[in-house]
Amino acid sequence: MTDLLPAEEHTGSGVEIVLDDVVKQYAGQADPAVDHVSMTIPAGETVVFVGPSGCGKTTTMRMINRLIEPTSGKITIAGRDTHSIDADRLRRGIGYSIQQAGLFPHLTVAKNVATVPGLVGWDKKRTTERVDEMLDLVGLDPDTYRDRYPRQLSGGQQQRVGVARALAADPPVLLMDEPFGAVDPITRGLLQDELMRLQSDLGKTIVFVTHDFNEAVKIGDRIAVLGNQSHIMQYDTPEAILANPANDMVAGFIGADASLKQLTLARVRDIELAQCPTAYRNGSVAELRRELAEQDAPWGLILDQRDRPLRWVSPEQLATAGSLEDVGDPLGENVSLTSTLQDALEALLMQASASAAVTGRRGEYAGIITIDTLVHALQEVREEHADDHPVDEASAGEPTP
Amino acid sequence: MTATTGQQATARAERMRLLVQPVLVLILVGGVLGWAFTRDLSATQKASMNVANIATLTWQHVLITVVVVLIVLAIAVPLGTLLTRPGFTRLAPIFVGIANIGAAAPAIGLLVLFYLATRTTGFWIGVLPIAFYSLLPVLRNTILGYKEVDPALVDAGRGQGMSALTVLRRVEFPLAVPYILAGLRTSLVLAVGTATLCFLVSAGGLGILIDTGYKLRDNVTLVVGAVLAVALALLVDWLGALAETYLGPKGLR
Repeated sequence: MTDLLPAEEHTGSGVEIVLDDVVKQYAGQADPAVDHVSMTIPAGETVVFVGPSGCGKTTTMRMINRLIEPTSGKITIAGRDTHSIDADRLRRGIGYSIQQAGLFPHLTVAKNVATVPGLVGWDKKRTTERVDEMLDLVGLDPDTYRDRYPRQLSGGQQQRVGVARALAADPPVLLMDEPFGAVDPITRGLLQDELMRLQSDLGKTIVFVTHDFNEAVKIGDRIAVLGNQSHIMQYDTPEAILANPANDMVAGFIGADASLKQLTLARVRDIELAQCPTAYRNGSVAELRRELAEQDAPWGLILDQRDRPLRWVSPEQLATAGSLEDVGDPLGENVSLTSTLQDALEALLMQASASAAVTGRRGEYAGIITIDTLVHALQEVREEHADDHPVDEASAGEPTP
Repeated sequence: MTATTGQQATARAERMRLLVQPVLVLILVGGVLGWAFTRDLSATQKASMNVANIATLTWQHVLITVVVVLIVLAIAVPLGTLLTRPGFTRLAPIFVGIANIGAAAPAIGLLVLFYLATRTTGFWIGVLPIAFYSLLPVLRNTILGYKEVDPALVDAGRGQGMSALTVLRRVEFPLAVPYILAGLRTSLVLAVGTATLCFLVSAGGLGILIDTGYKLRDNVTLVVGAVLAVALALLVDWLGALAETYLGPKGLR
C-alpha cells in the first residue's frame, strides 16, 4: 500500500505523526524558519500549534504534507517516512483545510467536495453518495447546497464546505491552517463546536494552527505553544499549560485570565461539591433553623418531595416564617453536573447566597458550589501540575501523559 | 453577493449593448447596400459593386481576422501560461516588451516592413504582421489572468494532492479564462480593423473597396467599403462580447 487513504471497507481513523529533528532553512536567511523541532502527535488527537505570527507554526504544519520540504530531519505518518511517498499521493491522504476555505469559485459545492475522491479515482456513484454524506455531516442540506457556487454561500457555510472537502476521502490526518480565522466570532464558536462534535465521532489526527489561545484551549487535546523558529515552549494538555505555564512567554500568551480559562475546561461533576443544610417544603422550620445555627451556615435549601431544590432560605428569613412552603429566595440559573465550572461561576455570581445549587440528571439536589469550591478546585489542578518540569529542549517534543 | 449599484448599472448597459449592437449592424449593412444598389451604377462601378465581389471581399476579410486571432491565441495563451510558471516569470518582461513593440508600431508600417523584408505579397504577408500587431492584448491578459488567481486556491489544490499541471488545468486556467476572453475581444477588434490594410500586400479584404473607391474618386464604392468595414468590426466586437459573457466559468458570473 502506498497511500495513507483507507481501503474502501475501512474508516480512516487517526494515525500517529512524528516529527524528528525537523529543520527548515530558507536560502539567503541567517536563521532557520523552523529550528530542530521534534514532537509526537498521538493518533486520534487534536493537537493545536499556537504561537505569535511568523513563529513558524504554519511552516511546521506544511512540512507534514510536504507543501514545504524540510531541509533536514524526518517526518513519519503511521510509521512511514513521508519522503518515501510521492508528494501528491501523500497529500491526497491528508485532509487540508485553510483560512477562508480556499474553495474553487468556478466549481459547485459538490465538485469542490469531490476533489480528492476524483483525484484518487472513485467511481461516480460512490463519489456522489460521499458528497451528500459529507454535506450532511457538516450540517448543510445536500439538496439545497450541492449545486451552489461558493460565492452563493456565507463565510461560515464556505468554511463548512472546506471541512467537508478535507474529509471527503476519509483521510486519517487533517491539517487545518487557521480555518476559522476569517469568520465572525459567533460563527467561529459554532464551527469550533461542530469540529469537536465531528472529531468525537471520527477520531482523526488533527493538526490545527491558530494564533488564538482561546481557540486552542477549546478544541485542543494538546497544545503546542511555539516560539520563534517554531521552538516548542510547552507541549501539554490545555489544563496543564493553564495551571503551570512553562515560562513567561507561555504565560504572556495565555493572558491574565488563565484561571477563568481553566474554568471552561472542567465540569462540575469533576470537582468536590460543598453541602448545605436542606429541608423538605413540608418540613419543620425550627429543625432547619437549628441545623443552620449548628453548622453556622448562612443559607439553607428547601427541596420538594422529589429532592429538587426550590428556594434558598436564610436564618433571618426563618426567624419570622410560619412554614417552609413559601419562605426564601427563588433559585437562579440551573447548574447541572455536566455544566462547566465557568457556567457555575456565572450562576453563583447572580445569587444573593453567592452559591449555586447543583442538580443531578433528574434535577435532584447534588450539592452546592461556592466561590470557595471553585478556588479549591483550581488549586488542586495547579498542585497536580506543579511538578511538571519546565520544558527543556530534549524533552520538549514528548507529550506528557 | 450583492453587487453595487454601479456594477448593476454597468451590467445593464452591457446587456443593452448585446441587444442593440447586432441590430445596428443589420441597419448599417442593409442601409448602405440598399443605398448603393438602387443607384445607377457605371460599368466600372459595377465591376466592384456586385454581390459576388462584395461577398468574396467580406469573406476574405473574415478569413484574415479569424486566422489572425487563431495565431494570436495559439501563441499568446501558451506563452502567457509559460511566462507565469515558476522559473520563467523573469522572461515575461522580454516577451511583453516585444509584443509591446508590435502593438505600438503602426500596423501599416509593420505590413510594409514585412513586405519589404520578404519581397512577396499574398494572404500570409497580410496575416502575420497583423497577428504580431494584435498579440499584446491576449498575451498581457493571459499573464494578468494567471496573476489574479488567488494563491490560496493554488495552495488548496496542491494541498489536496493535485499535481502542478492539474492545478493549472483545473483551477488556474479556468479562472484566467475571463481575462483571456477580454484580451481576445480587444485583439479581435484590432485584427478586423487592421485587416482593411491588407489590400496593400494583395491579401484581399474590404480594404480593396475603399482603395478602389479612393483611387477612382468613386464615392459609392468608397462609402460601401468603409461602412461594411465598420459593420464587420461592430459584429466581431459583438461576438467577442458574447464570448466574454457566456464562455467564462459559470461560478464566476
